[in-house]
This record gives sequence, C-alpha cells and structure tokens, in this order.
Amino acid sequence: MYRSHVLVCGGTGCTSSGSPMIIERFKEEIYKAGLKDEVAVVQTGCHGLCALGPIVIVYPEATFYSMVKPEDVPEIVNEHLLKGRIVQRLVYDETKTEEGIASINETDFYKKQHRIALRNCGVINPENIDEYIATGGYEALGKVLTEYTPDQVIQTIIDSGLRGRGGGGFPTGIKWKLARANEADQKYVCCNADEGDPGAFMDRSILEGDPHAVLEAMAIAGYAIGANQGYIYVRAEYPIAVNRLGIAINQAREYGLLGKDIFGTGFDFDIELRLGAGAFVCGEETALMTSIEGNRGEPRPRPPFPAQKGLFGKPTLLNNVETYANIPQIILNGPEWFASMGTEKSKGTKVFALGGKINNTGLVEIPMGTTLRTIVEEIGGGIPNGKKFKAAQTGGPSGGCIPAEHIDIPIDYDNLINIGSMMGSGGLIVMDEDNCMVDIAKFFLQFTVDESCGKCTPCRIGTKRLYEILDKITQGQGTMEDLDRLEQLCYYIKQNSLCGLGQSAPNPVLSTLRYFRDEYVAHVKDKKCPAGVCKALLSYVIDPEKCKGCTLCARNCPTNAISGKVKEPHTIDTNKCIKCGTCMEKCRFGAISKR
Amino acid sequence: METVNVKINGISIDVPKGSTILEAARLAHIEIPTLCFLKEINEIGACRICVVEVKGARSLVASCVYPVSDGMEIRTDSPKVLASRRQTLELILSNHDRKCLSCVRSGNCELQKLCRELKVENESLYDGERIHYDLDTSAAHMVRDNNKCILCRRCVAVCEKVQGVGVIGANERGFKTNISCAFDMDLSETSCVSCGQCIAVCPTGALYEKDNTDEVFAALNDPEKYVIVQTAPAVRAALGECFGLPIGTNVQGKMVAALRRLGFDKVFDTDFGADLTIMEEAHEFLDRVQNGGVLPLITSCSPGWIKYCEHYYPDLLEHLSSCKSPQQMFGAITKTYYAQKMGLDPKNIVMVSVMPCTAKKFEIGRDHENAAGVPDVDIAITTRELARMIERVGINFLTLPDEDFDDPLGRSTGAAVIFGTTGGVMEAALRTAVETLTGNELPNPDFAEVRGTEGIKTATYHVAGMDINVAVASGLRNAKVLLDEIRDGKSNYHFIEIMGCPGGCVNGGGQPQQPGYVRNTVDIKSLRAKALYDIDASMPLRKSHENPAIKQLYEEFLGEPGSHKAHEYLHTSYVKRTVNKY
Repeated sequence: MYRSHVLVCGGTGCTSSGSPMIIERFKEEIYKAGLKDEVAVVQTGCHGLCALGPIVIVYPEATFYSMVKPEDVPEIVNEHLLKGRIVQRLVYDETKTEEGIASINETDFYKKQHRIALRNCGVINPENIDEYIATGGYEALGKVLTEYTPDQVIQTIIDSGLRGRGGGGFPTGIKWKLARANEADQKYVCCNADEGDPGAFMDRSILEGDPHAVLEAMAIAGYAIGANQGYIYVRAEYPIAVNRLGIAINQAREYGLLGKDIFGTGFDFDIELRLGAGAFVCGEETALMTSIEGNRGEPRPRPPFPAQKGLFGKPTLLNNVETYANIPQIILNGPEWFASMGTEKSKGTKVFALGGKINNTGLVEIPMGTTLRTIVEEIGGGIPNGKKFKAAQTGGPSGGCIPAEHIDIPIDYDNLINIGSMMGSGGLIVMDEDNCMVDIAKFFLQFTVDESCGKCTPCRIGTKRLYEILDKITQGQGTMEDLDRLEQLCYYIKQNSLCGLGQSAPNPVLSTLRYFRDEYVAHVKDKKCPAGVCKALLSYVIDPEKCKGCTLCARNCPTNAISGKVKEPHTIDTNKCIKCGTCMEKCRFGAISKR
Repeated sequence: METVNVKINGISIDVPKGSTILEAARLAHIEIPTLCFLKEINEIGACRICVVEVKGARSLVASCVYPVSDGMEIRTDSPKVLASRRQTLELILSNHDRKCLSCVRSGNCELQKLCRELKVENESLYDGERIHYDLDTSAAHMVRDNNKCILCRRCVAVCEKVQGVGVIGANERGFKTNISCAFDMDLSETSCVSCGQCIAVCPTGALYEKDNTDEVFAALNDPEKYVIVQTAPAVRAALGECFGLPIGTNVQGKMVAALRRLGFDKVFDTDFGADLTIMEEAHEFLDRVQNGGVLPLITSCSPGWIKYCEHYYPDLLEHLSSCKSPQQMFGAITKTYYAQKMGLDPKNIVMVSVMPCTAKKFEIGRDHENAAGVPDVDIAITTRELARMIERVGINFLTLPDEDFDDPLGRSTGAAVIFGTTGGVMEAALRTAVETLTGNELPNPDFAEVRGTEGIKTATYHVAGMDINVAVASGLRNAKVLLDEIRDGKSNYHFIEIMGCPGGCVNGGGQPQQPGYVRNTVDIKSLRAKALYDIDASMPLRKSHENPAIKQLYEEFLGEPGSHKAHEYLHTSYVKRTVNKY
C-alpha cells in the first residue's frame, strides 16, 4: 500500500508538453527522497483540462497541479510529499478557495460535467488491467455472459436510448438488433477509432485513458450479435492510443477476457487492431471496412448496409469508440439509469473537445441537453480577452455553426440538426468576433477538398469548385451570382454525393450562409471582410493623429512599405504592404488599424 | 420468381425482387443514363449520372446499384434529377480536356453523347483549376491520356476483375485522383499484358491504341514497297459496327473490297495462317501425347495471354505451344515462301495486319519473329484503325460490293475462321487431330462442347482408344484458374486453349467500342461469335488439313508439319518476365 499517489497525465496533449519527463523526474526524486515504497507514480489518461497541461494530481488530497514542468518536480516531492505542504504556486487557481484547496470536482470546469465515457480517464493507469478491473471493469461482460441472453443485452441497449456517438446518432440498440438478425457463418464487430475531425480528440482520449472499456464493450457486442472477431480501426497518428490498445488486448488475452471460452461460458471473442493510414474518409463506415479488407479506403454504395453485408461481405456491427465506452456502464447500472440523463430523444452524456476561442481548451463530458451557454461560459471559462461570442462550430467539416442567437439551445442530436448543424463526433470550436465566417467555411471546405477520396464526381470536383467560389469571394472578386451558384452547388453536392463525407461537405457553407449571409454580402458587394480576416479585403492604415513618428513600425515592416520622418506621422504604401499585421502589433500608440 | 411492385415515373410495374432501379426501369421501357456502370464488372455508383429520386430517400440515389423494394416510388425524369445529371456533366467537363474535335472518340464518346442528351449548354460553367497530365506513351500498344479521364474506373475494374492483372488503379485522392500505375510507373514498366480491354471499356478518349494508320498510308504511297495486308478472323465480324451495321454482321466481302481500294497490293487472310497454325499445333500436340512431352499443351495464338504467362506464370512456359501466332506465321510465310514464289525481296514487302487486338502491336516486336531476317509483320493495326482509314479516304463502305481474298494466301477453311472466338482454336485443332489419330473422316466436324462464351469450358473426347481431356478459357482471370491447377499438379487436361480476352478475339481490345449501355444489355461476344460460326458452317472446307493452299505450301516449301524448316520459320520462343518492374 502506498500512502500517496501521484497521477501524471499521459494523454497526447500532456505528453507532447513533456509529461513523460515529469514522470521520470518524479521517480528519480521520490527515490532520492527515500519515498519509493510510500508514493506511487501513475501515468493516467487525459484529465480533460488540456489547456493547463501537463497536469499532476496528488492523492489522497486530490491536489490539482497545472502546467507542471520537470524542474517543478523536486519542489512537489520535497514540499508536498515529504513535508505535506502543498505547492501553492502550481495549484490550479480555480481550486483555491477561502477554506483552502477545493476538490477539482468543485471547479466550474468539472462540476457541470458528468463523466461516463471518460469515467476512468485520468483516474486509472490505462496500461494496467488490474486498475480497470478494480473499478468494476469486465464485470459487465461477466454479467451478460452469465446472466443475459443476447436478446436481453440488445434490449438493454435499446432501452437505454443510447445513440451512436460518431455523429449520425443512429440508435445503437437497433443497430445491434439488425446485425443480430442477419444469419451468417461469420460476423464481425468493428470499432471506428478513425477520429479525424479537425480539433476533435474524444476517442483518442478514451483509448488512451481507458482502452479496456472499449474492448469489454466490443466483447459484449460480439456476444449480442453473434460475432467472435472484432477489429479496431485506429488512426496510426494516435501512437499512444495504438500502443495502449495493444497492451490492453494482450493483457485481456492473458486474463482470458479475450480469446477462447471467456469466463468458461464457451463464448469466444478476439480483437485485432488495424491502423488507418491517414485518410479522413476511412471514418465513413463502408470506407473503413474497405480499408480493413486491404483495399484503397473508399466508400461503397449502401445498401447493402454493414449489418447485411459488411466486412469481407459478412454482417458487421460498427460503432464508434465513445459509443462503446458507454456500454459497460449501461449494463452495470441499468438502462433506466442511463435514460434518466439527457433529453427526450438524446439520452446520456456527450463528450466534446472544446477548442478555438475558449479559455478552457480541453475535453468535457456533459449530460445531453446542457446548453451551449453553459459549455462556453461556465465549463469553458468564457472567451479570452473579453471578446464576444459569435458562433460555435460543431460536427467539424460535416457540421455547421451555432450562432449567438441559439446559444441557449439545449444540445442534443435533434436540436442541432434543426438549426442546421449536427452533433458530429464532438468537436466544438468556439469563434469570437474576430472570426470571419466566410473564412471559416473556406477552411472546412479546404479540408474536405483535401480529404475527398475522389471516387464520386460531386465530391471530387464539386467540393473543389465550391472551394474555388469561396476563395474568389474572400479575394474580393465574388459576384452576387457567385453567391447563388455557391448555394446551388451546395445543395447539388448534398443530394448527389456517394457517401456521408460528400453529402455533408457543404454544411459549413450552408450554415454560415444561413446565419451570416450579411458577411458574405459584405465580401461581395462592399469588398470588405467585417471581421478583418480576409487579407485581400483589408488595408492597414496609420492614424496621423495618434502616430508619434517613433519609426518602430517602419523598422519592423518586412517589405519596407512604411515611410515617414522621425517624429512625424508615417504612412503605409498599400501596394507594398503584404498585410502581415506586424506594424499593428508593434505600434505602442494604437495608431495602426485594419479597415 | 419473386417480384416486388414499384412505381416508376407513375408507371406501376412488377419487377424481380433484387433488381436494381436501373434494371427495373428498363422493364418499364425507361432508359436511365449510366457512365461508370458495367454490369458485374464495375458496380460502384461513382459517377452519379444515373441518379434518380426515390420517395422518402434523403438524397438522390444511384440507380445502377440501388435495389428496389416493394412499394418504392421512383422518378427518373424529374427536373431535379435532370438538373443534377447535367450538373454532374458540367463538373466533369470542368476538369476534362475538351479537345473534342481532334479526339479519337469524337462521335462515339459516351460523355459527348450524354452532354448532348442532357442538354449541357455551357461546358465551361465551372472552369477552375485543371490538372494537366503527361501522356503515358511508354507501352507499345496504347496511350493513356489522363487529361480525358473521367475517373469512371471501368478500366481499373476490367483490368483487375476480368483480367486479373490490375496494373492500373487510383493514385492520389480528391481532386488530384488519377488512374495510373503503382508508384507512378510507366505502363511499360508494369506487367500490363497489352490486351487493350481497358480501351474497349473506356467511355472517352482517355485510352486509345497507338495509331499506326499514317505508317500504313505512307507504305501504300511508297512505290518501292509491296504492301500486303492480312485480316484476322474476328475483324470481319465487327468492322461493320463502325459503319452502323448491327453487331454480329459479317462484312468479309466489303472489308476485302475496301482494303483493295485502299491500295494494298494483295489482300490476304490471316485465316490461312490459322490453318497453318493448326497443322503445326496439332502435330505438336500429337507429338507431345505420343512421346511423353509436357502436358497440358496450351495454345499460343493470343499475345496478351502469352505476355500474361511470361509475367505471372513463367514457370509454366514449357506448356506453351512453340507455334507462332497465326499473324506471325502468316507474315513469316509471306516473306519467305510467297516472296520466293513471286520473286519479291522480303525487305520490300510491307506486311500489314488488321487485328481485333492491341497486343499484336506488341507481338510484332518480339524476338524470334523474323523468319526472313526482317520482321514477319511490319505494322499491326486494329479493327478501329482500319475503319478510320476507310473513312479517311472516303470509301463508301456500306455500298461496296463483296469481293474475295487474293490467292493463294487468301484461301482458308471454316476451321480457321472460328479462331476468332473462344473455343475455336480448340475445335479446329480437334478436327485435325482426331482425323489424324483415327485416320477416319469425322461425320460431323462440330465440337459443340467447346463452343459458347462461358469463361471456362471443359470436355473429354474418346479418340483412338484414349481419353483426351481439353479445357478452354478466355479472359485471364479464368485462365488463372486452369494455370493454378497446373501449378498445383492437379490438372488432368491434355490440351488447353487460352485467349486473353473474354470471349476470345471477337471481344478483343482492338475491336469497335460499344458503349456501356450496349455492353450492359447485349451479349456482344455471342453475336460476333455467331457470325464466325455461320461462316464456318457455310464453308465447303472446314478442316485445316484440307486447305489446298496449305497442302501446297507443305509440298512446295515446308515438307511436313513440325519439320526443321517449319520450326525455323513458324515456331518461336518465350521469355521469363517479372511482375512489374520490381
């Protein structure tokens, strides 16, 4: 037994900001201090508050240290672990109260969250199956194998109201039922871990922080539909997740929790990993299966659906990581428990990756029905620099934006669809008044143009032409006819594309057109970018009243576009100016502005 | 048969369960345009030309792959559908090299036809970035022009699924997607077998044979040259299609007349070479059977098949007959025997062959194909190229009289003309081999078991106290099945005929291109084959060994089949090749 546990976040964010070195340092310092038999260092998965990483939590006090550097470690060891004195300067401000250091769960970031899928992330060592088992792991599998018929498992999932967390929101239990209904000599259970939306990392964090939850759920699914082989299709760009999944699968096999005759029930189930080579489209279910089969990852027409004819032509169940992560908890706590959370048609919780113009960048899990305002203002800690909320983008390149007028909408599948966005897999990018919505649409279009597989005409050429029209508009060369063409082309691509990637690719354009049409018109008619983002449409000017003639701007201008005598107002030659913004940054008198 | 009821454009109709919307519409006399769709070969729903509206569906659906269900209501003609199809075409055109006037496919381009039908009015509506590709001219037989490729992937599917070769596929992705070889190899660096099936299915001018018609015209206009033409059996069964005649029309007489009017000094028939091939190959077969040679013996008439064997089954080369193909035998005899007889210098003879085949362009450049010290054949053109030549000089093909081939190398038998279809070489060989073995005349020369367009046909014949097991395969994916059996030591055949193209030469890569909607609904192979079987049935002589010109050739020049001289002039060798460059 250890008297103290030091939990160091080993998620991708904290890892890239140096947490492995922190762990090494802790081990050294603890050894030096003679505490190696009293204090354990544990590498955990993601805690969610990535903006504050690397994160270290010391138990039993649950002291939350943020932005820890390796050189801080001796102080934590000597002060906190040896002398019992908390290192105040490293403690997360939000946990400091008049009564002392509060639990991390009392902070704005955590208190409105409800962690089911992320339950073990940041809590257990994901590379140790015993820790998973100690928190109730594999109990759900044991329960279904010994107490449930496959139909009862499926009914439980149906009753829970769980819907697919990958974005589409298809009722999970119904999907299982369809896969069960198709008789075949071989069936497969697949896990879609090809998370690819820009800025989204929900699945990665689950795989890194709690890989066994996914394995356990897949085995349960295998039992429910009658499959004995599973595949996890995971991005090769997630090396930590891939590594931990590999460790988890091996450990589960050693414990007999995967493989032959699990729990002595005669049920066989095994799982293999397949690494994605970096194509976004492989997150589309038919492309994913095509890729697992060893072919170029391209979608194929549906029907037949995977439940009828999926991987290698066999009935296949495909769910996303987060969907699976909910399954063991639903089995253990009952469908009523799960269905008690959320809204009428969207039960449970949803994990979001908060990004963009938000103070608390990171990962949150909230009950369905939480408003966007709560997410942004409370959990997310508001927008930096006192800027105004303009919109939030959900659903990544397939989704749309939620404008300020809808900030109080309870977030669930159907509400988001109704306002022209979608749940998506959980990326949530906050935008403030400095974001140009035409530019945002162009950004997402660029992404889909790059990621289109090139199989069908509307997506391959249509999205390219869509991007070109957007580019023309942001260059100030658009016409009102272009706006009409843009919109018409969007509807065409949605209606005619082969797969979900193409069918949803125009959504960012359509949704920004719906809520921010005036911005498009400003680009086209007034040749202005109201947010001051589109370079071609703005010019930098020096206010002669404010300019002191300090020459700092002129000295820093990379193209020598600024001239003027010392102590006299300067001017910018717009022909030479490349609109890099350096002058505005450098000016100490606020004399330079964009127009 | 179980049926479901659907409503298409308001018409209620019962259709077989499991039909696609495209098939169901056809039963309702409604044609839905397609572009990428090739039945059983390329069912990928990629081009989106065939989209239709299905009541209740979220988006338009691709009718070529979408199954009907009971009560389904479909519209194939709504304004939304028609506008979508047109927009798809406009987008394709925005990244298409629209040099239609100088395009080899102008007039029979499927894209062009659709643009006309769907009333595309502005081909540059969506003009933007266009990717320019270098032409791949590396291969002996064809050119790949990705600037005209519309990424329907028919070529990819036919190469992989029908031929089992798969040397082309999609590279890059999104807008940059292009069809090319792995690692951007040139086609000549791959194990492409030159069959030209990709060309046959290409809807546009992206794939085409290397055009040698100018060389032929140059030879014809050179007073120093004695220009002789030979025409393969399958050409006469398909050339008429280029002039609007129904598929399967035999135009032998008009073809001969046209060739004569083009100015060839002699118009001969490859069928003579086919009869000669039978003499040599039947002899080789009997020799192997009687003297314990390597069996099964496999035919060697199809240069696409030969190249395939060299790349993919180099260990089985000794199974191949050493006989040159009929084209090459014909060239060899022309430049030796015929030249000698007529007092011509073989160097001044230009031997032109008209072939249903693109691999023949590769074959003429092979080693050991130069009996007279000069290439046996100088120029090989396809059926399509011949049609272009006829058009160019203004010969009114349809009104030409029927004329006969010149003597003596224009004389042939029914056994030779069926070389143009799968099973034909086998049947011709059996006619001669059986009579040779038994010494008796066959009461009926037909061997029905080896006829038909199935990919693999087998039969056992009881001849002179022994069972002869034969197999016939066409299309290289089918050939692979038989070859794997040999490799595994499980083959009990004595004689195998393999043709590179499915259905044999009638469906060769050099034959007139039929658009997808015809290929999907008409059995082109069978119709063309029927023309050849009809010719065979009408011939007075139907066995190669009865051809008097052949008899004369052996008497005057070669001696016996399989003689030393025959070997020197009529047999060849093969080389082991690797799969692709690496």
